[in-house]
Amino acid sequence: MKDLEQTTEEILNLAAAHFHVPRKSLQAGDDFYEKLKIDSLQALELLSRLENHFGVELPDYEVQGVSDFRTLASRIQARL
Amino acid sequence: MTHFEGKALSWKTAEGMAELALHHPPANEIGTVLLEELERFAEALPLLESQASALMIYSKQQAGFSAGADLLELHSRLEHTDNASAVEGVRGFLERIHAVLNRLDDSSLTTIAAVHGVCFGGGFELALACDLIIADKMARFCFPELRLGLIPGFGGIPRLKRDAGNALVRDLLLTGRSINAAKALASGIVSQVTAEGEVLRVARSTAAQVTKFDRAAAAAAKHFAKRLPTEELRREIDVFCQLFAQPAVRQALAKYAEAKRTKSIHPYLP
Repeated sequence: MKDLEQTTEEILNLAAAHFHVPRKSLQAGDDFYEKLKIDSLQALELLSRLENHFGVELPDYEVQGVSDFRTLASRIQARL
Repeated sequence: MTHFEGKALSWKTAEGMAELALHHPPANEIGTVLLEELERFAEALPLLESQASALMIYSKQQAGFSAGADLLELHSRLEHTDNASAVEGVRGFLERIHAVLNRLDDSSLTTIAAVHGVCFGGGFELALACDLIIADKMARFCFPELRLGLIPGFGGIPRLKRDAGNALVRDLLLTGRSINAAKALASGIVSQVTAEGEVLRVARSTAAQVTKFDRAAAAAAKHFAKRLPTEELRREIDVFCQLFAQPAVRQALAKYAEAKRTKSIHPYLP
């Protein structure tokens, strides 16, 4: 099973690829709204991509108040 | 009228298929403008039904199929009306949208909602009035009404109950969470999920398929398989209006409008 670091890494890779941001510019502690320059609609899109990628269901209320990649990863990790 | 170009929507027919395109920025919010044009569409249905076998409803807005009711318009109306008049106004709106969705639900056309992006609230209710929902894999479905102290008011609960198990109905209503297309497929709400960007092609292919069948037989099959939950639909309007009369709703709408104005919320997240 993946550990949290692997999960975080995969999220950063996926976010960089989908939102066309250099991977090296993203860190686990970054605010993904700011770094990816996304709004809530695009955050939902990110959520869908993560659900599809990890094969989990992540209710959007679980990411309420979450804005950094590391915490997002921990929410997904809790479903693996 | 077999074709129409409006401010919020357009329709056309060709080769036995009718297509209704929603294009009301930003996300096909259902307020006065879109409702009026949906009513025009409903009036045109008898002619479309004489010329086509299938109807595909889709959105040209990038955000998605529809984000639901126009909450800013609703708030704006509330600001300038006393409570009793506001409830009466909302009841009038609900009866109008119910008339449109009931007519769509009952159409002799095989109706297909091609959904991408957000399909929330009233938008979800519009999709549920169709015979089939085909979804882009990035589509999301949600009934967020409890966030405002309301229930779905455009017929969503009775229609969702037709398609999904009660556990999922309770989950969606009571948590206000959105679900992805894969979950919607597994739950029976959505009949097909497509790769990103493929929903229109697949929906058209499905519409072309249904045009092969005898129209009368298809309509009979549809009406036998799918009943209009008339009593529950009427009851939903009553419950919605009772809740709408509560001060909490006015406050929630005011808070929403202020947050939108200051861009301090994420409107698509709970």
